[in-house]
Order: sequence, then structure tokens, then C-alpha cells
Amino acid sequence: MIPASFDYSAPETLSEALQLLGDEEAKVLAGGQSLIPMLKLRLAQPARLVDLDRIPDLNFIAEDNGTIRIGAMTTHHQVESSDLLAEKCPLLAKTAGHIGDVQVRNRGTIGGSVAHADPAADYPAALLALEAQVKLVSASGERVVALDEFLVDALTTSLEDGEILTEVHVPVEQEGVATAYRTLIQPASGFAIVGAAVRLGVSNGNVSFVRVALTGVGPNPYRASAVEEALEGGPANAEAFAAAAAHAAEGVDVLSDIHASAAYRASLAAVQTRRALEDAAGSA
Amino acid sequence: MATTTTAPKLKTHVGERIRRTEDPRLITGAACYLDDITRPGMLHAAVLRSPYAAARINSISIEDALALPGVKAVYVGKDVESVGGVPCAGSMPDLRIPNHKILAGDRVYYVGHPVAAVVATDKYIAADAIERIEVDYEPTELVSDPEEALQEGAVKVHPEYPDNVAFTFSQEGGDVEEAFRQADVIVKEKILVPRLAPIPIETRGVVAEYDEGSQELTIYSSTQIPHLLRTQLALQLNMPEHHVRVIAPEVGGGFGSKCNVWAEEALAAFVAMELKQPVKWVESRRESILVVAHGRAHVDTLELAAKNDGTLLGLKLHILCDIGAHHQLLTPIIPTLAVLMLPGLYKFRSFKADLIGAFTNRAPSDLYRGAGRPEATYVIERMVDKLAAEIGMDPAEIRFKNFPASTDFPFNSATGLQYDSGDYATAFNKALDIVDYKARRAEQEAARAEGRLYGIGISTYGEICAFGPSPATPAGGWESASVNVEATGKVAVMTGISPHGQGEETSFAQLTADALGIPMDDIVVVHGDTAKVHYGIGTFGSRGISIGGSALHLALQDVVAKATKYAAHMMGVDAETVTFEGGVFSSEATDSTLTLADVALEAHLCRQLPPGTEPGLAATRFFEPSNFAFPFGAHICVTEVDKETGEVDIQRFVAVDDCGRIINPLLVEGQIHGGIAQGLGPAFQEGVIYDDEGQLLNGTLMDYSIPKARNMPWIETDRTETPSPVNPLGTKGVGEAGTIGSLPAFVNSVVDALSPLGIEHIDIPMTSQSIWNAIHERSRT
Ligand SMILES: Cc1cc2nc3c(=O)[nH]c(=O)nc-3n(C[C@H](O)[C@H](O)[C@H](O)COP(=O)(O)OP(=O)(O)OC[C@H]3O[C@@H](n4cnc5c(N)ncnc54)[C@H](O)[C@@H]3O)c2cc1C
Repeated sequence: MIPASFDYSAPETLSEALQLLGDEEAKVLAGGQSLIPMLKLRLAQPARLVDLDRIPDLNFIAEDNGTIRIGAMTTHHQVESSDLLAEKCPLLAKTAGHIGDVQVRNRGTIGGSVAHADPAADYPAALLALEAQVKLVSASGERVVALDEFLVDALTTSLEDGEILTEVHVPVEQEGVATAYRTLIQPASGFAIVGAAVRLGVSNGNVSFVRVALTGVGPNPYRASAVEEALEGGPANAEAFAAAAAHAAEGVDVLSDIHASAAYRASLAAVQTRRALEDAAGSA
Repeated sequence: MATTTTAPKLKTHVGERIRRTEDPRLITGAACYLDDITRPGMLHAAVLRSPYAAARINSISIEDALALPGVKAVYVGKDVESVGGVPCAGSMPDLRIPNHKILAGDRVYYVGHPVAAVVATDKYIAADAIERIEVDYEPTELVSDPEEALQEGAVKVHPEYPDNVAFTFSQEGGDVEEAFRQADVIVKEKILVPRLAPIPIETRGVVAEYDEGSQELTIYSSTQIPHLLRTQLALQLNMPEHHVRVIAPEVGGGFGSKCNVWAEEALAAFVAMELKQPVKWVESRRESILVVAHGRAHVDTLELAAKNDGTLLGLKLHILCDIGAHHQLLTPIIPTLAVLMLPGLYKFRSFKADLIGAFTNRAPSDLYRGAGRPEATYVIERMVDKLAAEIGMDPAEIRFKNFPASTDFPFNSATGLQYDSGDYATAFNKALDIVDYKARRAEQEAARAEGRLYGIGISTYGEICAFGPSPATPAGGWESASVNVEATGKVAVMTGISPHGQGEETSFAQLTADALGIPMDDIVVVHGDTAKVHYGIGTFGSRGISIGGSALHLALQDVVAKATKYAAHMMGVDAETVTFEGGVFSSEATDSTLTLADVALEAHLCRQLPPGTEPGLAATRFFEPSNFAFPFGAHICVTEVDKETGEVDIQRFVAVDDCGRIINPLLVEGQIHGGIAQGLGPAFQEGVIYDDEGQLLNGTLMDYSIPKARNMPWIETDRTETPSPVNPLGTKGVGEAGTIGSLPAFVNSVVDALSPLGIEHIDIPMTSQSIWNAIHERSRT
């Protein structure tokens, strides 16, 4: 459990970091909660690590015209305990509190989690339900892409060589929209076997707004559009939630591993989606 | 000479909740664990392990590894052939012990089998060099599953044997066939008890150092048995034992996994002697999960015969124990303990057990906390519950019905053990009162009416510990203790046990403080160094306080007797007229007193040696117990199962344990809490998973799930105290009780919760997945 040897740099500005990343064999180090285990198992053997921890500009949570921008190096703990997020984007703060344990939340970062693209990570469910965007910066420019375009497959993103994910953008939660996140965790790691994030708006007993996204179920976290379509405009009651939640894993190539069979995961996807809808309806 | 007439009343220590004297150094990071040790010129070793469960080794190329700067040497099997194999202490007549070399020869038998060792100037270079060794493996057929291993025509793990039977063992008591003929009811079940990885937080590790001048080999090893290890190493290395010193530094948990003699210990010793430089090897977590002998590993088939009124008549058991490819020290012995304890706390009239150990292409199995007794307790407690369900009797009532009465002790069990003392009904009643059993059953009825799955699970367990009378143990069951009162009146206690988290530095100091009337701060408890403690057996099988503590008790009595003689001589009176209390010797006749320190100084200066007395104030005693001790207790677990997800919510966990006389309730509770965690882990989430290729699928802590704080219920502990008659302290032992008693309470509770669905058994670990599967299958049919 000893990594292969590598060089290490800890730049203090983003441009320095980008320069160091010009070296193809270099890799970004954020909280290290996914990368260090991979190095120790020698599943990754980069020649250089570029540690982003000393770049103050990457650690912030700020509100701009209805959008909340979160610096990539913001830790899970900071997200979980942010007053701004608690008030204006509670789903994200709630979700952060579900990640791993205290030690992991103190080190792990939102940028690292999103860039790592673990199919069972917690954040993506909330971020997809929030229709989040990520900002990617390279030596030659920057781009902002929707999260569902950024996440390509398990552990694969559209991040290009030389690019750093610098920010995650989420909207200020709409008036009248309530949120919930439900998971069943893999007991060893704490990762989600299934995690369901819900945003729900109800007016006059009918669903006026709904976003549902799941993680852990398939090779990639996803928006459960079939659930959303089944609910949109219809009654916001237990029967409707159950009927809609039954579509939670529809069309998904459901994962099967030593921790959960495909049948169990698919069933959990429906159960947790329904419960998250009920939680949200109950708290609205 | 002091002149006070009344002895100062020192507070007594035995029985008090005294905090562990070990803790300050552990908590502040001042303790020295194996990996904290450095020696001048120390090298670092790493071990290359087989990726295959069965393969021939055609060749090994080490040139690339040797070429790496900093690499000192690379060893393969043929280089270490002079070192004796890994020992096994079993002694069944048909026991097959394949040659267990410290590095593989021309074959590997399991994933993780050590193949080569690299020695380098630092551990990073050693790790890099390991990757440069090229082994030409030729994978061969293999058998991973123990049941398959015993089938006709199965692939042979060791081609030199006709089949995969490693050993057999049978035992019978009473007329079991007659019992089954008389039975009103017979219940049967096949129960799997999966392999568990012991996971001590500190993995194994060794530092070996050889002094050419004195020819002394010093082995620092994270071990539970320094003296037994010294004896075995001396044999393996063909050295006189007096040239081998074994030191167990601070040991960060063992749970039985370090009560063993490991290939890497002899390997490090060999390297240090070859290179004439100290060498360190520290195991990685992955190696630990992969190769450190897994516990349990049973496939049990049971039949229980009873009367309709719940009277237990007879029991038949077949145990198939998956021992892996090689034996470790106690591999064949552990499952025999399961046979012995199978009757649990009940008055069975007859029983018959057959045990087969099967070779498989898996890592060796051996002892793990509880060692044989959790297996026994689990299956008997399941079967008794199954019977209760079958005949419609309350599971509490059926237990009361079959307990021996407190007046029946010593009680002879169906397997021929003599249970030393017990009062099972009292402990059980206490647990039932705490949980308010009637109220819980009423609550269950209400929950069921609402369609909720609410369960109450009982485990009334007994166990065998304080190992043990020497004739019944493979390597001596006695223990030694020396007490030395120094000239200044401070006291050093040397014990042959080797605590590694149990807290015996505290409990032994408590015993000493009370016997000698001195503060605990004036006492040091020395252990874990064969140069300081002349011999001992070690710490395992919940034996520390009962065997080691009893030896200490005897040595303390000797010291007091001798000191009394000195005191009498100094005061000019007869020894019989001198009283000793609170550290002070007094003579009414002369109205004088002396402290222990006064006497100790005189015993060293010897200005006036009493006739027939030798100088010094020290004593060494050995204690050989007349029998094992048999703790017992009742654990009750209340659960609610989430029908849709299979998750279990533990609402109550009550543990009433009786471990005999208690020296320190705080230590006892700590052992119970930790023990329960290690019993509940395997109940709901732990277990090693192998595939058909003999690959371990959950070999990291991201996949292998040990219980975490968030998984643990609030534990409500209480106790009864039934002294043991088999040692002078009246203690029994508590290191394993929690692990033994807790698991069946959880399992019975969940099965009870699920019983309205017609579910009668689910194998452990009862993960939410497996519970969901069972519910799901029922709801489909
Ligand atoms: C014990 C344990 C339990 C865990 N449990 C959970 C859980 O329950 N739920 C959960 O969601 N996660 C869990 N995690 C993972 C954790 O959330 C990690 O923090 C996260 O996956 C990675 O974030 P990091 O900051 O540690 O990134 P690192 O590990 O440093 O990096 C991860 C990857 O992303 C790349 N990267 C990092 N930052 C950037 C960036 N700004 N731009 C471009 N690339 C970047 C790195 O090069 C690397 O490839 C757990 C981890 C551990 C160790």
C-alpha cells in the first residue's frame, strides 16, 4: 500500500497550477480522498501531483444573480455547514452531510468529487437535480458545461488534459420548492448503494415543479425523467409518488456487485425515490 | 521505625472502576508500537504474494529487482529452505500437515501465498522492487469452496494426499439415536458461519536484529505470545532458545490473529542473520485482510430432538470447517472447541458431533475472538429458537426449562465438560426485566397488527475460557508471575501473559496494590519481553486475569509471608503475632509498626537476616488451573426491520454477563462493548467473500465492513457475579463473552421479526440485501 514515486508541487495560484498541468503525466490533487487510495493501490501512477490546496481562490461559496458559485476546493464539511447554502440551496448542504465520515468530509472537496465521477458518489444526485454547471479552466481559456454533459461514464468526464475544474454552479432554490435526499449506504465505504435527490414544488395539491436524480444505481448518476414526467402537473399524493417512483430505474443498466444485486438496487431506487418525494412533500 | 498504632486505611482497588493506567501513553501518542521501532542500519522488507489461488511456479526472475538502487537482497523459496516450516499444534490421529514453508516452493496454494521477499534501504524502494520481480506462474486447477472440496473427484489442494480432508474429529455422549427415537419433534437446519478477517487496527509487523558478538537474535513482533513464539522460532531456526529474545511492544489489537507463529517472523529473523543488519517488515492492510488467518469458516448441519414440552433430548451436528490451504498454529484445534461447547447452557442428554477440516485454495483459517465458541453458541441458539417456534413455545420459556439449576453445579455437560459454577436463570431474568420482556411482546403484537416487522431476539450463552488446564491445551495452560519489592518499596510485577489492549497493567496493579497496601503508582506491570519475564504462555482465550492473575495472587501471598517474617524479626516478635493491613505491619505486643518500604529496605540490606530466610523480597509462582472457567449471560436484542429496504434498526440491546468475580467493572464493560461490536459486525455486515477462482472480493476496508460507531446500538449492560471455584480469585474471563453472546441475539431478533412472513432462517451476515431477498422471495410466492 505504498504509491509509486511521484513529484509534488503545491502552487499558490491557478495559473501556476495550469502551467504545471501542462506536463501530461501530471495529475491534480484535491482532498486526496479518492486519489490517494488509488495511488496506494498503484491503480494510478502519475509522475507529478499538482496540489490545489494552497490556492485560496478555489475555496469559496458566493452568490451571484441567482446563482451560487462554489469553489472546487470547498470541502464537504464547508458545504454541509454553510449558512448561505442552508438557506439558499439546502439540498446541496444536506447531501454533503451524507458523504463518508467526518474525516472524509474535512478533506474531500466538491471539485474532487465531481471530477472523480464515482458512480456512487452522493453529490451528483443533488447536482443533477439542481441542473448544476461546472466551470473548467485551462491555459487557453475557460468553459462552463452542464453537469450531465460533464459526467460521461463511471470515472470518466469530459475534462480535457490540462483543464482544472474551478467552480460548481447551482441555482438559488426557488420559492416554494422543497428538497430531500434519501440513501441506503454501502456499509464499508459509506458510498451510496442508492441515493435519490428530489426537488418538489406543489401548488393547489398538484406538482408544479419536480426534479429527481439518482446516484449509485447505474454506471452514471442520472436525472430520472420518467419519474418527473409521471408527476409533472399531477396530484402530489402518496399514490402518485409511488406510481411515479416505480419508474426510478427505468431504462437504466442497473449495477450489480457484491454489495447489492441489480434487482435489489432497482427496488431501492423506487423505494428511496418515493420516500424522498414524501419527505419533500412533508417538509413543504 | 514508624509509631502510628492504627494502620492508615488505604482505599481498596479490587472491584473499583479504575481508569486504565495504559491510557495516557496510548492517548497522547507516546506508546511505542512495532512500526515506531527503528534500529541502527535498519533495512525494510516487503513480501511478494501470489495473485493465483493455485499455480506452479516455473521460474522467478529477480534481476530487475536487484538492479534497483537501494535493494540489498531478494529471497525466494529455495534461499530459505534451511528455515523450519510454520508450526501447527494440532494432534488428531489423522491430521495431515502439509509442509508449510515460509516462502512458496514450486507451487502456490492461495491468493496471498508469500513467494519472495525484497530487502531494501527503505520501504518505498522495497515496494517498488516487489513490482520488478517476474514470476512465471502456471495456473492450475483449484477448489475454493469447502463443500466442493469434499466432493468425489474434487481438485486436490495438495496433490500428495488422496483427498482434501485435513483432519476429522468425532465426539458422542449419551444415546443419541435413542433420543431421536423418543423425540416428539426434530428440527433441522444448515447454517453457514462465514470467514471473518480479524482486522486488528495495528496490522502485523516484525523487526529482527542479530548481534554477532553475543549471537543473540532479538525479534520485536506484534504478538500475543512472545514466549511461545520464542520457543517456536528457536526450533525453526535451529538455535538455542536462550539466544532468542522476543519483545512484544505495544500491540494494537490482536483478536487471536497474533496468537500465532507466522512465516514472516522467521523470515525476518533469517534475513537479519543473513545480512547482519536489522530488518523491519510491516504488513499492509490489504495483506492483513488477505492472509491473516480468517476465523469461523464453518458449514454446519444440525438436527435437534426434543419433546413437545420443550425438553431438549439430543443433538446431531456435522461441522465442515474450511481450513484453507495450510494450517496455522491452532487451525485444527479451534473447531473442536465448537464441538465441546455445542450444548450451550442446556441439559442435553445426548449428542453426536462429526467435524471435518477441508483443505481449500484459500488463506488459512484459525482463531478469531471467541474461537469456536461463537460458532457453537450461534448454532445452538438458532436451533433452540427454531424449536421454540416449531412447538409454539416462548423462546424465553424453553430456555428456562432446559437450564441446569444453580444447585446443579459443578454441572457435567453432554460433551463431558464440567461447568464450574453458574446461575443461568438469575442472569436471564435480569436481562428480561431490563428489557421488560412482557411489554416488548405486547409491543410486538401491536406492531404486527400494523404489519410492521418487530422482533425480539434472545441469546443465553455460555462459554469456556481461562485456558486452561495444561493437559487440555496444546502448549501449556499455566501462567507465571514474579513480584519484586524493590529496596525503595516500589514493586515490579512480571507476568507471562502478554496484554494487547485488555488493560491488565491496570487490573494486575489493582491486585498488587490491595495485597501489598501500596498505591498503584508505586507498581509497574512488566510483560511482553522474554528477557524480562522468564516464561509465560500469553494472552488469548480470556485467560489473563484468571490464570495470570492467579499466579500473581500466589506470588503476592508469598511476598507478604516473607515480609511478615522480616517485620516480625525487626520488631522482635513472633511472625504469627504480626498483622499486615494497608501496607503496614503491626505488632500489638510491642505497639510498633513498620511499612512495606521499611521491610523491603531491610530485606535488601540484610543487616539482620531472620533465621532460615534468604535475602531479597521477591517471589515467583506458577499457577495451573484445575479446570476451565465457564462464563455465561443473556443478551436480548429488539429490532425493527424495514420491509422495503431490508434495513434493521436495533432498538434495544441488553447484555447481562457473568464473568465471575470482577476486578475492575470499567475494564469488564469495555471488553463487553468491544466484544458485542465484534459479534454484531458478522451478524449484519462482515464476512470475507471469495469467488470460484479463490480471489478475495472484499479485500479492502472500503469493501470489507467492520462495525462502525454509527452501526452500534446503545448497549445496556448489567451483570451477575458468580465466582469460579477453579482459581483463587474467583474470576472467569470476559475477553470474548460479548462476541460470543451477541450475534445470536441479533439473528434471532431479525428472524423473529420476519417470522410472520414464514421466514425461519437467514444466513449471516444478514445484510439489508439478504433480508430483502428473503422478504422478496416470500412476497412473490
Ligand atoms: C472512507 C471514505 C468514504 C467515502 N465515502 C463517500 C461517500 O459516502 N459519498 C461520496 O460521495 N464520496 C465518498 N468518498 C469520496 C470522497 O467524497 C472524495 O472526497 C471525493 O470523491 C474526491 O474528492 P477529493 O477532493 O478528495 O479529490 P481527490 O481524491 O484529490 O481527487 C479525485 C480525482 O479528481 C481529480 N481532481 C480533483 N480535483 C480536481 C479539480 N479541481 N479539477 C480537475 N480534477 C480534479 C484528481 O486528479 C483525481 O483524479 C469517500 C472517501 C473515503 C476515503
